[in-house]
Amino acid sequence: MTKSYREITLEGLWTNTILFSQTLALCPMLAVTGTATNGLGLGLATTAVLVASGLLISLLRNFIEPEIRIPAYVLIIAGLVTIVDLYMNAYLHDLYKILGLFIPLIVTNCAILGRAESFASKARILPSVLDGLMMGVGFTLALVLLGAVREIVGSGTLFSGASLLLGPAFSFLEVTVIPDYPGFLIFILPPGGFIMLSLILVGKRMIDNQFEKARKARQDETDLIGGHITI
Amino acid sequence: MSESELNADTFKAPDGQPDAGNAMRDRIKALYMRYHDNPAYLATVLGGFCLISALILASSYMATLDPIAIRQKEDLQSSLALVIPASLHDNDLVHDAFTIKDTNGARTVYPAYRQGTLTAVAYQVSAVGYGGPILSIIGVDPNGTLLGVEVLQHTETPGLGDRIESKRGDWIKQFSGRSLAEPSEAQWKVKKDGGYFDQLSGATITPRAVVLSVRSGLEFFKAHKDEILTCPDGSCKGNRS
Repeated sequence: MTKSYREITLEGLWTNTILFSQTLALCPMLAVTGTATNGLGLGLATTAVLVASGLLISLLRNFIEPEIRIPAYVLIIAGLVTIVDLYMNAYLHDLYKILGLFIPLIVTNCAILGRAESFASKARILPSVLDGLMMGVGFTLALVLLGAVREIVGSGTLFSGASLLLGPAFSFLEVTVIPDYPGFLIFILPPGGFIMLSLILVGKRMIDNQFEKARKARQDETDLIGGHITI
Repeated sequence: MSESELNADTFKAPDGQPDAGNAMRDRIKALYMRYHDNPAYLATVLGGFCLISALILASSYMATLDPIAIRQKEDLQSSLALVIPASLHDNDLVHDAFTIKDTNGARTVYPAYRQGTLTAVAYQVSAVGYGGPILSIIGVDPNGTLLGVEVLQHTETPGLGDRIESKRGDWIKQFSGRSLAEPSEAQWKVKKDGGYFDQLSGATITPRAVVLSVRSGLEFFKAHKDEILTCPDGSCKGNRS
């Protein structure tokens, strides 16, 4: 597996994102993206676990025989999440009270096992860590985007509760977009997550198609010019 | 290539024997090639992973046990402070807690004392709402009048049922000053059911559950009033101070 760092970054952030391309991790997505703040919280926690599991699995990849890789990965990921859970509860308790809800969701997140299986088990340490980081950042951005759209449509606010998650200095993020908004309940509830996700997926496919068209047009143009010169 | 062969030659022992380190490595490699897909080897590796994980988890658990207990006590104290004003007590509510056995099991009661006199008690109550159990804490004065109610945990619908939280609305404040005498016991219902208490627009099951749990909490106080006020098991440490 030889992928350049640029390719890894691009895959994590756009071409192969967990949520919009692999469409993994839908269960925690539905549960959490009722607000942008919660999406950010789950995204950050998942990123931390992705980076750590990428590092550990890449480090141990020569000891883990193919036959036992799945139980070994599950063990490593579940152990990591539990340790994060314990130490956050003990030393970052205020953050834990908000994020604590999401941490058990990370264990059930198939995206982490997916990255371990398809990337970290075959790559060197640095690319694995970068892949974990970029996949995590891509996932976080996607969750924040979904959470923001659902929050605006569903309750007319944006980043509500951000000061609880990030500290009082970030209270400026909390915006009431539409004052006296009556609320649109379905977008706060899980079905709204599916509806919004599908709309965003359509949007992303359209952008990708435009890119593809532009690329093709350039290709044709160069072919044409090349043909001219030979004639 | 020839250079490396030359180097290998120079490192050979003088009596013509191959280098001991290389031979060892070759032997390990041969053993690995022979056994690496043997179930016993795989089981040993996986068992080793399990053992190391278990050790790390156990030590993390031990290391965080005390800090987590302290944090949980702080959480409990801050939720108690929501229903019993600080001016009512000079004792440590958590430290002086005692249990009272009820038909539903034992309930932990947190007593507030000021200069040795019982001024209030707080305990948790729960009822099943729309999305699951709703856990609240209530503060009651010695006459059975509510000092306050706070919802601690719930899974009610965001935007509808979650307005029972004090940070999302004033609904929960209507309980302060109420008792089983005011309104009368038959009136301990939401208005929709012919009772005294407001419901929330769009959510009836949630307020119904909270009203029910608060009423059951007050009934618990009424049924065990003597026990709570006199504290017969002698564990009321606050009386000593």
